[in-house]
Amino acid sequence: MTGNPFLQALAWLAEAAHWSGPSGIPMRTLEHLGYTALGVFVAALIAVPLGLLVGHTGVGKSVAIASAGAARALPTLGLVTLFALLLGIGLTAPLLAFVVLAVPSLLAGAYSAVESADPATVDAARAQGMTEWQILTKVEIPLGVPLIVGGFRGATVQVVATAMLAAYVGNGGLGRYIFLGLTSQDYPQMIAGSLLVIALALLLDLALLLLQRVTAPRGAKTA
Amino acid sequence: MIGFENVRKEYPGGTLAVEDFSLEIASHESVVLVGTSGSGKTTLMRMINRMVDPTSGRITIDGDDVASLDPVRLRRSVGYVMQASGLLPHRTVLDNITTVPVLRGISKRDARTRAHELMETVGLEAALAVRYPAQLSGGQQQRVGVARGLAADPNILLMDEPFGAVDPIVRGELQQELMHLQRDLKKTIVFVTHDIDEAFLIGDRVVILRPGCVVAQIGTPQEILADPADDFVASFVGADRGTRSLHVERVDGRDIVVDADGRAAGVLTAHAAARSGPAGETPS
Repeated sequence: MTGNPFLQALAWLAEAAHWSGPSGIPMRTLEHLGYTALGVFVAALIAVPLGLLVGHTGVGKSVAIASAGAARALPTLGLVTLFALLLGIGLTAPLLAFVVLAVPSLLAGAYSAVESADPATVDAARAQGMTEWQILTKVEIPLGVPLIVGGFRGATVQVVATAMLAAYVGNGGLGRYIFLGLTSQDYPQMIAGSLLVIALALLLDLALLLLQRVTAPRGAKTA
Repeated sequence: MIGFENVRKEYPGGTLAVEDFSLEIASHESVVLVGTSGSGKTTLMRMINRMVDPTSGRITIDGDDVASLDPVRLRRSVGYVMQASGLLPHRTVLDNITTVPVLRGISKRDARTRAHELMETVGLEAALAVRYPAQLSGGQQQRVGVARGLAADPNILLMDEPFGAVDPIVRGELQQELMHLQRDLKKTIVFVTHDIDEAFLIGDRVVILRPGCVVAQIGTPQEILADPADDFVASFVGADRGTRSLHVERVDGRDIVVDADGRAAGVLTAHAAARSGPAGETPS
């Protein structure tokens, strides 16, 4: 193999054959997005209610912060390998690792969203006769939506950039090109796979940034 | 009628906010709790709608112990106007005013009709209904706060330094308008302030509090000025500095009221003696 591997990677991307079929780029991208969405979704089911609860009540604040920090420090490749050894080849192991990866950002986003509400505003809402649930859903969440979306943004970008590890334990996604290229020393293919992952991560980041802007509550000064 | 019976409030950690406070507030009466910061006056007021629960003692509304009432329902039945308005920043003026009626299950349409009336009552232009609080001046925000407090037509209105954050001229206007409102509405008002002039203006009765919520004196503004209970009260109302001691000088056949520094404060008219305003107030 001769020549500049980056140019060869671009040539690889340009090849029409790589854009069709079950192992074509569109299919692999969809798989990749699917893993990301599933990982973030499952993590959100756990982390968002927990973050809102911690933010609203202040109970378990230090535990939540400490465990989120600890979860951030876990190496995802190690987790994927460990879960795969425990659970076998398949989607469950990488998915679990993605959930662990996504939880801290989502937890921090939900928690800080509630925490960021002006205490005077919350006090006023309570004094008007709102129940705690109404304070959360009518005051704290609407005011904190951009921060919650920010949590999704952080989690999504991290998971989408890591979702190539799914292929490491026998799944699809854009990681297939990377690990296939790695084992067959096909560096152009490996680079092409990496470029696709990077492009996807940047696109999602931008899309969620726009969503963050759009969801900022009217009338309130944006945080 | 609101009753405080031997109310005590101690915070965890031992801070004593209220030592032993008793007071009866008649229906349709406006009572002003006045004291320096840390006197526990806001704590006292917030016990009425259970934003704070006493450590011991009882607070009653028309004979019912508030501790036996559901806090959420109680708060929806008591108007609350707070410092710096406390409006919800993500809701329009109209939606802020309709908050409590809507929580109480009144239809949005009826609540909005009533809110428009209230905006007129408190002197807000109809065009402001769709604005957000951040787009209003401080005085307008306070007016919205008052409208919101009145929206559910409560018998009791709690006001926590409602005009503290606006400039003196706007404050004067708001105070006058509150008094006009009260003349028509006859609410039971509990008003908290650290401004003794505001207290004398608004209050049928004034409760002067020392730190620890110890009552220094309770009385009408006239009674307090006529006979300050002690040096603390005298100092608090400014009697010791001469700012309250006005005397009359006859100039060109008219009686001019002059303060201790010799500054003219007003003209004494024939009806002045019959007026029921506090002595610090002079006809203008």
